[in-house]
Amino acid sequence: MIRFDAVTKSYSRNPRPALNAVSMEILKGEFVFLVGASGSGKSSFLRLVLKEEKPTRGDIHVLGQHLNSLSTRKVPYFRRNLGVVFQDFRLLPQKTVFDNVAFTLQVIGKSRGFIQEAVPDVLKMVGLGGKSNRFPHELSGGEQQRVAIARAIVNKPAILLADEPTGNLDPATSAGIMTLLERINLGGTTVIMATHDAGIVDQMKRRVVELTHGQIVRDERQGGYQTQAIPVQGFGLEGRVS
Amino acid sequence: MRLGLVLGEAANGLRRNVSMVISVVLVTFISLTFVGAAILLQMQIGEMKGYWYDRAQVAIFMCTATDTTGNCTQSEATPDQIAIVEEQLESATLAPFVASYEYEDHDQAFANFQDQFEDSAVVGFVTPDLLNESFRVNLNDPAQADILIEKLSGFAGVQDVADQRGYLDQIFNVLNAASYTAIGLATLMLIAAVLLIATTIRLSAFSRRREIGIMRLVGASNRFIQTPFILEGVFAALIGSVLAGGAIVAIVHFFVRGYLAEALAATTTTLVGLDEALLVVPILIAVGAVLAAASAGFAISRYLKV
Repeated sequence: MIRFDAVTKSYSRNPRPALNAVSMEILKGEFVFLVGASGSGKSSFLRLVLKEEKPTRGDIHVLGQHLNSLSTRKVPYFRRNLGVVFQDFRLLPQKTVFDNVAFTLQVIGKSRGFIQEAVPDVLKMVGLGGKSNRFPHELSGGEQQRVAIARAIVNKPAILLADEPTGNLDPATSAGIMTLLERINLGGTTVIMATHDAGIVDQMKRRVVELTHGQIVRDERQGGYQTQAIPVQGFGLEGRVS
Repeated sequence: MRLGLVLGEAANGLRRNVSMVISVVLVTFISLTFVGAAILLQMQIGEMKGYWYDRAQVAIFMCTATDTTGNCTQSEATPDQIAIVEEQLESATLAPFVASYEYEDHDQAFANFQDQFEDSAVVGFVTPDLLNESFRVNLNDPAQADILIEKLSGFAGVQDVADQRGYLDQIFNVLNAASYTAIGLATLMLIAAVLLIATTIRLSAFSRRREIGIMRLVGASNRFIQTPFILEGVFAALIGSVLAGGAIVAIVHFFVRGYLAEALAATTTTLVGLDEALLVVPILIAVGAVLAAASAGFAISRYLKV
């Protein structure tokens, strides 16, 4: 589903790469937490999966596409198979909840009939059935994030990328969001979530990939935010200390 | 569905940016009016050339008793000398170039002179024998006057061989300079228009960067994202082009056909008319639309880099 082969990503201003020879594979239907300090490369990882960036070295395959050689023209069509959720929601303030979700479908050319059917469905699924005519500023943070999730999954993507989706939310609201993401995952969507929230990671018992200074220092099935086991890769210890 | 959405987005952008759109309209309007005026001026020159060059003759002036220039030695050209020149015009070498010629003697020259300067006091001082007798030659191709000049200038009794196109060329040079000035101004204004369109579109894109970001994220095609912006630029420029086209038609109708035609009625020269103006209008509209589309497309492209 997603495969990184020795992927290095360097930014021109920074001598230290954001990702350093990362190799990993994420399978269909998995729920993966990306953990690590700020600047450890989590966001770079997500941006590379989205092909918002090109890797400096190494190969990336997502959904059977070799991203290194995917032409610019085909990128939009590739992205239709991915959903993305951000910490800051990124809703359009002038549009209602319904229009925010419908916008996604409009701009990829879905028919009016499809939109009229799919949007209420997905809003009901994320628990916003009665609020489709509200504007984002009339909603709580948790509800706004639900709108953002609805927007990300309304097109039934194979992969959902979430960049600290609970970063702005209180624990109770976060738990609600996680339940929602879990439900989406049960529906067969691969979910990759970058997070700092130790409580959530510990509670969910899912695969955890820890990045430090752009390198994978831990890849654990059913792991916690801090590992109980010995790290799978030897160079992890040094990274943990700093 | 998609078309409606694209048009709606473009209309939104126009509404949000009214002042910039108005400035784009004005700048394209003025610059394209200059372009149109330059094109019309070139057409006018072309028409005048066609008209006057056909009428331009080569004049072979024969000596009078007072001339000292050319081959003259203060003696009147003898009938023999005149006959030799005429013989040359009939000869195998020159005849193919000559369409027709006529001989103007002193009395005819004097009559013409009186006609031309009837209001002037100089008529009183001139007598027929002061005016050159001349051959007036119409050429098949007025551009080949040099052949005659070369061939005939050296004959005895010939004061001068003059190509009347020389006088016309000065007029055309002035008109040409005017049209080049118009083109120069138009180019400057067009550069300003292009930059202004690019800036307007960039502003518009900046105010919609959230939407653009989301569109890119959810996989809207680049063409779908950029089309509203290009339409926005093209629409503003089109209004300017149409105004410029209207201005050109108005100039031709009221100034050229109205004022100039009346003022120049006596000279019976041809002037550009509405036919030519209507030929210029689509050119202006096409130039406006293409430039706007190109600069808007260029401006928006940086928002579409993957």
